[in-house]
Amino acid sequence: MSEPTPIPVAEVAVLGTPQLAGEAPPSALRRFLSGGTGRNLGLVIALAVIVGVGALTAGDRFLNFENFLTIVRAASIVGVITVGMTFVITSGGIDLSVGSVLGLSTVVASTAAVQAAAKETSWLLLVVVAIAVGAAAGFVNGIVIAYGRVVPFMATLAMLVAASGLAELISDRKTLIINNTDFLNFFRGGLLGVPALIWIFAIVAVAGWFLLGRTTFGRRTVALGGNYEAARLAGLKVKRHIVALYVLAGATAGIAGFMMMGRTSVGTSTHGGGYELDAIAAVVVGGTLLIGGRGTIVGTVFGVLIFQTLINIFTQNNLSTSVQAITKGVIIVVAVLLQQRFAARGSRST
Amino acid sequence: MSVNLCLVIVISASICYVLGMVNGDTGTSLLSMRGIVKGFSGVAALKGVDLDVRAGEVHCVLGQNGAGKSTLIKILSGAYQPDAGEILWNGEPVIISSPFAAIGLGIATMYQELDVVNGLTIAENIFLGHETATMGVLNRRRATRETRELLTRLGHGDLSPNREVGTLSAAGKQIVSMARALSHDTRLIVMDEPSAVLDAEEVRNLFRVVHELTAQGIAVIYISHRLEEIRQIGDRITVLKDGMSVASDLEVASTPTPELIHLMTGRTLEHAFPPRPGVAADAPVVLDVEGLSLRATFADVSFQVRAGEVVGLAGLVGSGRSEILEAIYGARKPTAGTVRLGDRLLKPGSVRDAVSAGIGLSPEERKSQGLLLEEPLYRNVTLSTIARFARLGVLDERRERRATAEQLDALEVRPSNPDRLAGTLSGGNQQKIMLARWLVHGTKVLLLDEPTRGVDVGARAEIYALIRRLAEAGTALVVVSSEIEEVLGLADRVLVISDGRVIETTDASAIDEHGVLDLVMKGTAA
Repeated sequence: MSEPTPIPVAEVAVLGTPQLAGEAPPSALRRFLSGGTGRNLGLVIALAVIVGVGALTAGDRFLNFENFLTIVRAASIVGVITVGMTFVITSGGIDLSVGSVLGLSTVVASTAAVQAAAKETSWLLLVVVAIAVGAAAGFVNGIVIAYGRVVPFMATLAMLVAASGLAELISDRKTLIINNTDFLNFFRGGLLGVPALIWIFAIVAVAGWFLLGRTTFGRRTVALGGNYEAARLAGLKVKRHIVALYVLAGATAGIAGFMMMGRTSVGTSTHGGGYELDAIAAVVVGGTLLIGGRGTIVGTVFGVLIFQTLINIFTQNNLSTSVQAITKGVIIVVAVLLQQRFAARGSRST
Repeated sequence: MSVNLCLVIVISASICYVLGMVNGDTGTSLLSMRGIVKGFSGVAALKGVDLDVRAGEVHCVLGQNGAGKSTLIKILSGAYQPDAGEILWNGEPVIISSPFAAIGLGIATMYQELDVVNGLTIAENIFLGHETATMGVLNRRRATRETRELLTRLGHGDLSPNREVGTLSAAGKQIVSMARALSHDTRLIVMDEPSAVLDAEEVRNLFRVVHELTAQGIAVIYISHRLEEIRQIGDRITVLKDGMSVASDLEVASTPTPELIHLMTGRTLEHAFPPRPGVAADAPVVLDVEGLSLRATFADVSFQVRAGEVVGLAGLVGSGRSEILEAIYGARKPTAGTVRLGDRLLKPGSVRDAVSAGIGLSPEERKSQGLLLEEPLYRNVTLSTIARFARLGVLDERRERRATAEQLDALEVRPSNPDRLAGTLSGGNQQKIMLARWLVHGTKVLLLDEPTRGVDVGARAEIYALIRRLAEAGTALVVVSSEIEEVLGLADRVLVISDGRVIETTDASAIDEHGVLDLVMKGTAA
């Protein structure tokens, strides 16, 4: 999830941190807590604490708008994947293939043939191809899981291996350079001072939040994860729905793929390596139950931001990636322990 | 005593600790619980319970769902600590700090959900946690020998200690669970509704085992929803109501059943089953099942159900009753035969098709097959119809809540709050939620598998009345129950099932429980 980030010059020192630190007017805070996102209080506190640590250790280098954008921009690619992952995990599944599917999508979309066609038509063709490759891989996952009755862990593990092999085969283990200037320019630009990557992440996150919480698709996803047998006996099209969920996860991997192409201006089979684990960690830390039945996109976004903010702080303090990894591991365990506490307190029996 | 009254009792969902026959020598209590109080985040589950168990005797604790049965068991088994009150074991005050401590004292608990490991053998299950081993190396031969002795003691010397537990029936697993209890130096066994998963023959066997245990001086705490069982094997009764013991140490033999029901409910139930007005002669056939078969399960099942008719399927556990319902519903794919709804031929093995045609199923295991326990009621109620509450896939939760609240009112689920979590409801209300789901859907045919399992006394009568009301509104119903009296009391027409075949179709009023059992026995013999 990390990348070397240039340390921006402190310029705009306004960051939304006071609010995160709980110093906002109580009415707003209370409204926030009593809402559907009230469960995310722990995440707000965690993020506030981390931001506090960043402010203390790195001072203005950390606490400025440019750095805030840097963090979110770095979080955006894996962030898009976590949105798809949240759906799959909420339904009681898992998708280990997203990282290597991301790599495959960048390779396919960067091939000479696709780039040539894009030159003839529009740079958007690269985007469409990347998403289509991701969705197709997800479709295969879904079919194998729903109709072949292979457990999601194994089916997507197989896809992880196969997709990265296919990506190596297509790219001949070479890094494919993208020379479509329209495409690259789009990612260099932004809107209202916010980079394109962040916009894409925001759009995907809001769309995911709406889809999960406000639509029949989301409701069915939760039902599937909460009680598969009950969902089946209630007459839901469970198999078709499972396929749709993995197509969705694959498509988000494809979106993350073209974002990666835009950021690095290359397509390679090594893109996205290990992203599946970062995504799963962020989803679980965000409060989505790994066994399914409860999912939260808001929590997931917090999860991604918590990890990325940490990475940023570590980088600013010149700490090694090894220390980062250890800290990530500790955070995952602590988050799950806290979740279990809450779950235990919530249950009751007579 | 009238059969009807007995039925009421049978139906009464209740909690019953049966303490065994006094076989002995001593009048002092083996277990004595005094003023036990236990609350959960401010809600009192137990407000003062006294319980007295003598060595080698059997004592019943009755009570409706929510009376505090589960909590009391969990305190006894060491899973919960009481907030107040004391526990005397052999006259000595004790603290049962953990399940391990309970086993150390000699208290074993057989939960409803049997806690056996399917992948292990009988012997491995019995000695799980206290393996027969020398320096960490398992001594299989000794485990096998001792297992055989335990099984023989329970009258099941025919079971091989090396058989995998997953291949056993529920009754077999129960025997394993009991053998495990005996493998420790157990003085008291708590049995939580052990008969719920057993058929009549297996229940008789269970009773024999219980008698043998008590004859050896072991006390058995036996919980059942079936009051007639208490008559058969219980001696004394303690009644729980709203977390308090309202009556203690009643003699089973001298306590009339209406008094028990009155103690549990605070009222007297007289008519459990609503009257059957009969089906209009010109009522159209709604459901037409023809030659339905499922390999190795049931064969050639044919029957019709008319609008407003309740058809009951009676038979023992394992006769194929539930599987027939599931095949009609498409949850299992039949190997032969057809299901028609009106003129429409249903696609075999498609739940989707059955639901869209207008068939609803309330499954046997509501919690694992029917409900989303962690979700609010309205999401459970609209699960089969969510598309109707959405425009272009976007849900209108206000309409869902309103539609659900209407159903909750109509079905008298109190409080009628659509935002409550399904898992917090009692068994009776959970059953009503399943009915509400299909009422919102507007099904023409309702298949009810064990509609009153886990439903307490008062709520049972309500469920019966509801079933009748649905029939009067023109719904065709098929009811399966392991309680033959219930099938006979509810249905207009009864199909007697034995070994996967319909051996008799008759008016429910023309046959009684003995008649059904008689047919079943003959059918099985043939």
